[in-house]
Amino acid sequence: MGAEVVVEGLTKSFGNQAIWRDVTLTLPPGEVSVMLGPSGTGKSVFLKSMIGLLKPDRGRCVINGVDIVTCSEAKLYEVRKLFGVLFQDGALFGSMNLYDNVAFPLREHTRKSEAEIKRIVLDKLELTGLQGAERKLPGEISGGMRKRAGLARALVLDPEIILCDEPDSGLDPVRTAYLSQLLIDLNAQIDATILIVTHNINLARTVPDNLGMLFRKELVMFGPREVLLTSDEPVVAQFLNGRRLGPIGMSEEKDAAQIAQEEAHAAAGHSDGSSEEDLRGVVPQLEPTPGLPERMAVRRRKDRVMQILHSLPPAAQQGIIESLTHDELLRYGLTAPRPRPAEVDDTQEIPAWPGGRP
Amino acid sequence: MTAPTRSFPGAGALRETGRLFALAIDVVVNIFKRPFQTREFIQQCWFIASVTILPTALVAIPFGAIVALQLGTLIVQLGAQSFTGAASVLAIIQQAAPLVTALLVAGAGGSAICADIGSRTIREEIDAMEVLGVSPVQRLIVPRVLAAMLVAVLLNGLVSVVGVMGGYFFNVVLQGGTPGAYLASFSALAQLPDLWISELKALIFGFIAGVVAAYRGLNPKGGPKGVGDAVNQSVVITFLLLFFVNFVLTAVYLQVVPAKGS
Repeated sequence: MGAEVVVEGLTKSFGNQAIWRDVTLTLPPGEVSVMLGPSGTGKSVFLKSMIGLLKPDRGRCVINGVDIVTCSEAKLYEVRKLFGVLFQDGALFGSMNLYDNVAFPLREHTRKSEAEIKRIVLDKLELTGLQGAERKLPGEISGGMRKRAGLARALVLDPEIILCDEPDSGLDPVRTAYLSQLLIDLNAQIDATILIVTHNINLARTVPDNLGMLFRKELVMFGPREVLLTSDEPVVAQFLNGRRLGPIGMSEEKDAAQIAQEEAHAAAGHSDGSSEEDLRGVVPQLEPTPGLPERMAVRRRKDRVMQILHSLPPAAQQGIIESLTHDELLRYGLTAPRPRPAEVDDTQEIPAWPGGRP
Repeated sequence: MTAPTRSFPGAGALRETGRLFALAIDVVVNIFKRPFQTREFIQQCWFIASVTILPTALVAIPFGAIVALQLGTLIVQLGAQSFTGAASVLAIIQQAAPLVTALLVAGAGGSAICADIGSRTIREEIDAMEVLGVSPVQRLIVPRVLAAMLVAVLLNGLVSVVGVMGGYFFNVVLQGGTPGAYLASFSALAQLPDLWISELKALIFGFIAGVVAAYRGLNPKGGPKGVGDAVNQSVVITFLLLFFVNFVLTAVYLQVVPAKGS
C-alpha cells in the first residue's frame, strides 16, 4: 500500500509575496487525490515543496515518519526514492533518448541486469503508448509524448507516491481520458498514493477519491470528492463550471465593481462563458479496466468516509449515500435502505436527510 | 532561500557568496562519493580541451612575445641582458601561464558548462534528477569541475612551453639576444618550486572556474534570458575571483619560498 503524506501548516513565500499559508491536509494512503486551483495559485510550488525541491517557510510534511522539511539531505534522497514525479513538461534528460531516460532510475538505484531493465522499460513505454519511439531524443517528439515518457520514467521504480503536475496540459481530450484511465489502473495495480495537480474539470470529477482546491493563498477545502463536487462555495462553483461570474478574475482576484458589472451583463443576457448545465454534483467514478484487480482504495475510502459522514455537509452526505449499493448501506448500519430518487413516486414526499437540506 | 527577515545592504551579496562556498564544499565532499562518473568526466575533459587548446596556444605565443619584448628593452637598459631568459621564464611560468589558462578555461569551458547546466535547470532536468534520488552535484557538477581542473593543469604546461618558446624566438631572432645566454639563464633565477606553484595555481583556478560556472548555472533567474545572464555573470565573477586569488597565492608564495640565491 502507498505511503501516507501528512502536510501540516505548510507556508511558502517568495520574498514578500506569500504563495499559500497554513495548508493542512492528509493524502490517505493508496488513494487518488486531485488538487484544483486557478492558474498561478502555487499548485506546482506545492508539489515541489512536498518533495523538498523548495523549502517551505513553516510547517511539516511527513512521509513514512520523516519530516522532509527538516530532515537531512541524505534522508531526503532516501525518501525521494518512494516518489514518482511527473513534471509539467516531462523534464526528460535532453541528452538521452527515451529508452535511456526511462532506464535511468533503474540503472541508478537497482542492480538489475540490462536484460531485465530492457523488459521493464519496454513494458512501461508500451503502457504509455510509446513503443517504437525508444531511440528518439526528447527534442524530437511532441509535448504530449514527452509527458507520457515522463510518466513512464516516474513509474519505473514502482513508486509508493505518484505526483503528477498537470498531466493533461498539452494533451487532447482523448489522450487525457486514456491517461486518467491509466492512473486509475495504476492505482488498482500497485496501490500507490497519487496526487494530481490540474485544472481539468472532467479529470477532477471522474478520477479522484479526494478533491482539494487552492485559491487566494489558501487551501479552500480538501476532502472526499463528494464534498467539493457538491459544494456551494462560490469559488468552487465558479471553477467547476468554468464561468466568469464569481470571485475568480483574470488576475487572481477581482474587485466589487467588476463583479457588479459582470452580474449586470449576465442579467442582460450576456453569456458568462459557462455551459448552461451545472457541472456540480457527484458523478460515477472511473473504474479500473475490467480484468484488473479491484482498487483496494475504494473500500478503504468508503470505510473512512462513512466514519466521518456526520461531519460532512448535507449535500455531500446525500451524494455519498446515493452512491452506495444496497449491501453497503446494510454494512454501514444504515438499516432502512432509503428509496433511491429514481424509485420515488412523483407525489411522494422526499425524506429529509440528516441535517436537512438548506 | 526563505524568510524575508530583516535585511541590510550587502546581505544579498553575502548570501550569494555563502551559497557559492556551500556548493564548493559540496563538490569537494561529493568527489569522494562513489560511483564516480568516469564516462561523464572523460567526455567533459575532451569537450573542455577541444574548445580551449587552440585559443590557448594562440594566446600564449603573443603573451610570451610581449613579456620578452618588454623585459628585453628594460633589461638592456639595466645592463643585465644575459638574464632576459630567466626573467621571461619566471614571468611566464609563475604568472602568465596559469592566468591565461584559467581565463580560457573560464571563458570557453566555464561558459559552456554554465549554459549547459543552466538550460538543464530551467527545463527542470535538475529537479527531476533530484527527485529520482540522484544528486546532480555528484552526477553532473563533480565531473565537470574535475575536468576543468585537469584540463587547466595540462593546458598550463602547454602555455608554459609555448610561451617560453615565443619569448625565445622574439628575444633571439628579433632582439638579437644570444641563444646560449637565454637558455643558460633559465636556471639562474628560476627554480623547481616555481613550476609547482604554477601548476597549483592552474589547479585552483580550474576549480574556481568550474564551481562558479556550475553555481551560476544551477541558479539562473527567470527563464531562458536568465541563462544568458548567468553565463555572462559566471565569466565575469570567475575573472574577478581569479585575479584576487592569484594575488593572494603570489603573495603567500613569495613569502614562503625564498628567491633563489638569497
